Amino acid sequence: MTGTPAIELRKINKRFGSVHANKDIDLVVGKGSIHGIIGENGAGKSTLMSILYGFYQADSGDILVDGKKVAVPDSKTAISLGIGMVHQHFMLVDNFTVLENVVLGAEGAALLSGGVSKARKELARLESDYGLKVDPDALIEDLPVGLQQRVEILKALFRGADILILDEPTGVLTPAEADHLFRILEVLRDQGKTVLLITHKLREIMAITDTVSVMRRGEMVATRKTSETSMAELAELMVGRSVLLQVEKQPAKPGKTVMKVDSLDVIDSRGVKVVKDVSFEVRAGEIVGIAGVSGNGQSELLETLAGIRKASKGTLWIDGDQTNLGETRIDPAEMRGKGLGHVPEDRHRMGLITKFAEYENAILGYHNDPKYAKGPFLDIPAIKQTAKAEIEKYDIRPPNCQLKTANFSGGNQQKVVLAREIEHDPTVLLVGQPTRGVDIGAIEFIHKRLVELRDAGKGILLVSVELDEIRSLADRVLVMFDGKIVGERGPEADEGELGLLMAGVEGDAR
Amino acid sequence: MFDTLILILDSTVRLSAPLLLACLAGLYSERSGVVDIGLEGKMLGAAFGAGAVAYLTANAWLGLLAGTGVAVGLALVHGFASITNRGNQIVSGVAINFLALGLTALLGQTWFRQGGRTPSLSGGGRFGNIELPFAAEMAHVPVIGPIYSELISGHNILVYIAFAMVPLTWWILFRTRFGLRLRAVGENPAAVDTAGISVTWLRYRAVIACGILCGIAGSYLSIAQSSGFIKDMTAGRGYIALAALIFAKWKPGNAMWACLLFGFLDALAIRLQGQEIPGIGQVPVQFFQALPYILTVILLAGFIGKAIPPKASGVPYLKERT
Repeated sequence: MTGTPAIELRKINKRFGSVHANKDIDLVVGKGSIHGIIGENGAGKSTLMSILYGFYQADSGDILVDGKKVAVPDSKTAISLGIGMVHQHFMLVDNFTVLENVVLGAEGAALLSGGVSKARKELARLESDYGLKVDPDALIEDLPVGLQQRVEILKALFRGADILILDEPTGVLTPAEADHLFRILEVLRDQGKTVLLITHKLREIMAITDTVSVMRRGEMVATRKTSETSMAELAELMVGRSVLLQVEKQPAKPGKTVMKVDSLDVIDSRGVKVVKDVSFEVRAGEIVGIAGVSGNGQSELLETLAGIRKASKGTLWIDGDQTNLGETRIDPAEMRGKGLGHVPEDRHRMGLITKFAEYENAILGYHNDPKYAKGPFLDIPAIKQTAKAEIEKYDIRPPNCQLKTANFSGGNQQKVVLAREIEHDPTVLLVGQPTRGVDIGAIEFIHKRLVELRDAGKGILLVSVELDEIRSLADRVLVMFDGKIVGERGPEADEGELGLLMAGVEGDAR
Repeated sequence: MFDTLILILDSTVRLSAPLLLACLAGLYSERSGVVDIGLEGKMLGAAFGAGAVAYLTANAWLGLLAGTGVAVGLALVHGFASITNRGNQIVSGVAINFLALGLTALLGQTWFRQGGRTPSLSGGGRFGNIELPFAAEMAHVPVIGPIYSELISGHNILVYIAFAMVPLTWWILFRTRFGLRLRAVGENPAAVDTAGISVTWLRYRAVIACGILCGIAGSYLSIAQSSGFIKDMTAGRGYIALAALIFAKWKPGNAMWACLLFGFLDALAIRLQGQEIPGIGQVPVQFFQALPYILTVILLAGFIGKAIPPKASGVPYLKERT
């Protein structure tokens, strides 16, 4: 890249409460290039771009546009600096026409008629220049998502954007729509626009970008020329090599099959198939790990097995008890009744009610158990007794069951969930991201408990985006990519090999 | 029979005017995403303010100004609670209704010592009826004559303002920059925010517009329709206006027809009070009073089309954290 960079970020920092979303981020984006920023969900990519677009303010750091230091206090300023953004969730008014959406905020005068007819001409020009065709009088809600996204791009170009930020643009697109988008981006670049592409999909980075920067846990860990890197290297950079925590464990002694899944398909609310023909089994006394870059269907798989999401097809056996998931929807309570414990990926959203006291959280989902009830009333002393026993056994701190769980640290919150699920004696335990946002000490404790549970003859299905966690805990590793299980390896498998599988470069079970 | 019909329609127009003003007031607010159950309270406050000042100054226009001022003040309270502090809009609206109900009675009694009323207005303190040109000459022309001279002519200025507000509101909403942004902010405030427009300021302007129209509606009651403020003189009109707004699916033209319908029911109730209807007997007044609500419930239940409110209405805007 030559000349002044289009954008330069220096030492950008942003915190949300206790979360350090962006740590000392440096970034240089060359003019007239497509620059990819890759990282897992929650790595801080969207936050960084929102800072650039003036949606959030950085706590510290400098932003330079065209070599000049600028302040971006709001989106209006960003727009006037020639920065346009296509958000992950479209910022469109559904019952407005394309034209109305395009002129919103750039109407020109107090009366609409002048601005609207100008916009109509401008849209025609953009259509001929970039091949961005869309009916200006169509209502947004009647357009397919691919065209809605095109409207977002047109909005930015109409405002004179030279730098276009796209946040996870292909998440909602079909492969054909995504290809079309990439062609548009190439045309934009060739016309001298700068494109910043945020994604967690390696394939897109390789297909379209000139340069790629990798973010992990709020940090910018590397920047490479796309032609000089590989998917495997990027996958490794994304997932990272955190402190390798070795877990002491004996080789597994797998017993009978306690959980079996056959040809499971899941379609999400957008109508996209996110789990595709997944089959596997978990045996008593083993930990099966599901590895993969986040967003490849693991979360949906876990939620479906837990009864939170509906499958479109598939059969599930728990301890020999067969259910056709495509026909009957089993709710989470029934799943628990069948002997399934679930430690959800997001403890705040699904695992706990953080405004409730610890002892109340200790029986969530098990509150109908006669152990905790006196007729229609809760048996509070019995519940507290259970809670206190768990606090002791799992070393939950502070040891006070009256405290709201919101006041516990991440590690201790996770222990509350884990204790609840393990102590209710499941046949199979589903565990999602057990150590996300958890301190080192608690990680060790949680890992130990999971191995103990395995040795007690239970089956465990572990979903984690931390490759090290999978490798140190699991007895068998299944790799998920694009909703499919693309390979099975032993825990001793080479990291590079797993990385390639996770990147979808090669699969042996497609 | 024709004369009776004209009479009923004439009072329909008079009874609809304050509903229409309040309904359009609610339209501005709700189209911007701020639910306003406090129309009733703002009208009542305005009615009192207008009645008091019109009496003290013997000037209806100053009364109107005062009434509007009171309503805008209450609207700003609602805005501060629900826009700036992102509070619950229903709670804030209900609080304003209670505040207005209690405070108007208290202040009325303290200042004027007439049991919560304001003293009777006379002359310039009230808005008189306006005779349109040629009303008297036209009166004898068959059919068109009575319609013009009775129905269209002979109302006070606020009635004409109310009905003029309908096309004006439509024009503002669909032909101006402010209207486009107003409609957008009620549907997807994030789209407005990312377009570089202040959601807060936009919603405040909507709430102020709501206050102004509520102010005219309330003033209408005390210094145009009656000659002075009476305790709780809105008598649920704010809620009827809200029902009309839903009935009208948040559209200005529909709002006029909805308010005319509800006003007509009101006029009919008054007309039929204590009268036997052949074959049915006496219909209780309460039946007609309940009809607007019943119709609205039927509408909401989906029997007469679908009433879809602005998507973001009732939801305070907060930039979400990624």
